[in-house]
Amino acid sequence: MSNIAATAAPSSETAAALPTRLAKGFVDRLVIIVPYLWLLFFFLVPFVIVFKISLSQTAISMPPYTPVLDFTDGVSGFLAGLRELNFDNYTWLTQDALYFNAYVTSLIIAGISTILTLIVGYPIAYGMARAPATVRPILLMLVILPFWTSFLIRVYAWIGILKPEGLLNQMLLSLHLISQPLVILNTYTAIFIGIVYSYLPFMVLPLYSSLEKMDYSLIEAAQDLGCPPTGAFWKITFPLSLPGVIAGCLLVFIPAVGEFVIPDLLGGSQTLMIGKTLWNEFFANRDWPVSSAVAVILLLVLTVPIMFFQQAQARAQEQGK
Amino acid sequence: MNATWSRFNITSIVLGFAFLYLPIVLLIVFSFNESKLVTVWGGFSTKWYVSLFHNQGLMDATWVTARVGVISATVATVLGTLAAITLTRYTRFKGRVLFSGMVFAPLVMPEVITGLSLLLLFVAVGLDRGFFTVTLAHTTLTMCFVAVVVQSRLVSFDRSLEEAAMDLGAPPVKTFFQITLPVIMPAIVSGWMLAFTLSLDDLVIASFTSGPGATTLPMKIYSQVRLGVTPEINAACTILIAVVAIGVIIASIANKRREVQRQRDEQAAQRG
Repeated sequence: MSNIAATAAPSSETAAALPTRLAKGFVDRLVIIVPYLWLLFFFLVPFVIVFKISLSQTAISMPPYTPVLDFTDGVSGFLAGLRELNFDNYTWLTQDALYFNAYVTSLIIAGISTILTLIVGYPIAYGMARAPATVRPILLMLVILPFWTSFLIRVYAWIGILKPEGLLNQMLLSLHLISQPLVILNTYTAIFIGIVYSYLPFMVLPLYSSLEKMDYSLIEAAQDLGCPPTGAFWKITFPLSLPGVIAGCLLVFIPAVGEFVIPDLLGGSQTLMIGKTLWNEFFANRDWPVSSAVAVILLLVLTVPIMFFQQAQARAQEQGK
Repeated sequence: MNATWSRFNITSIVLGFAFLYLPIVLLIVFSFNESKLVTVWGGFSTKWYVSLFHNQGLMDATWVTARVGVISATVATVLGTLAAITLTRYTRFKGRVLFSGMVFAPLVMPEVITGLSLLLLFVAVGLDRGFFTVTLAHTTLTMCFVAVVVQSRLVSFDRSLEEAAMDLGAPPVKTFFQITLPVIMPAIVSGWMLAFTLSLDDLVIASFTSGPGATTLPMKIYSQVRLGVTPEINAACTILIAVVAIGVIIASIANKRREVQRQRDEQAAQRG
């Protein structure tokens, strides 16, 4: 009751509001600062360190690199270190064709997989968006559910299906469709299947959310005016779903470029992808500076798509308001 | 809107879901296989589950993973919710662009980069790799997912409710805990669950940031998968899937109940 009295009397309101506003300012700042500092320290600072280590030299010690740009010797030591910076790891990356090939192959594989995922995901998302409103939440749940089951397990499940004596070959052989087992596991085909399968929900969800919002009377109008269904699709449905297409493609493409688990488990030793190269440099060769350099270049390659993604996110956020 | 539920739509949905679910179903089926050969059916058996519980290494890894998951998901939910509030409520402050960048970028960042960079940070500050570092790494990654989930709920939140509470003299903090928090609670709960399963699931970042004595379940599974597919791993995976599925079902039932309760309250209020 005292609260009501306070709002009723303007003079007491201003008196009470001042400490409240001060408290609010403090809380506001805390709300912003805590996650801000956390991300700054655990997300941004590590990248600076990766860049620093990528300029150091490999050494047989723990950690296995020579220190660079240390402030232990004061500013003069720092300046001396600046002169000794070496870009050997980067020259090494350009000289060995392996790395260049790995980057290019990764981009191509991620690109093809993204298009395949779009082709597989679009009809699913479209079917879901046109489903009766009562069924839609269930379908949505069914798309999200695999997302909750382990990525590693889902990739692992494909080994049993794709291997020469696996379920797919057994089925095709018993149907007499093939006379010899197909070699799918440990090829790029297996990687495509793995990426399309694992990332399908990432494609379907943004597609669905933009297709669901669409006004389907537009299509009816087009058809009434004599536009064939395919024409109506390309002239109306597809352009209107473009935000979903872009968001879905970025959500698939960017992580797929640096994918490790899929090429490692399904692609075998013959396939080349940059995530696997980085992993091997780090874990097998224990070459931290070179793997850092690989990471820096990968990050540079992905900067443009990541910025696109952030803009798309920010725009979606603005539209949501 | 008149939704045409054509044959094409039904076919694409059925095929799509078959593609999504068949591999998981096969994996579960073959975990009950008597034969050691994963692809030949030799009769029903639960012996792999029995041998699983006698595999001490796997059991230890499960315990580590569960602890990392609960701790990191809980911290990430707090941080992620704060980040979501910052993103939706404070549209003007210095470094907002950088902040939203740091929230969205980890969602798509290749895991090898995140893992390597976090490891180098831990080495640089002299933290011993182990349970603590994996938990920190998972917290950082999953808080961004929580932020996105909670943010999408906050965007559609009716702010007049908060204004009403504050007009009636409730201080902002009290308003948050009594009005805002209950409304966004379902999003926070699903954010926590998403964070927990992401942590449960992660192989790459854990491999980089973990140390001796803190082997997580995915790391253990991965090292065994490399040696070949065994029914025992199928059994481990089935249990993992079952745990997550039960969690999701419980959460959605709870959500549904809350929704029904809310509608009943609203109707009661209207009848007033």
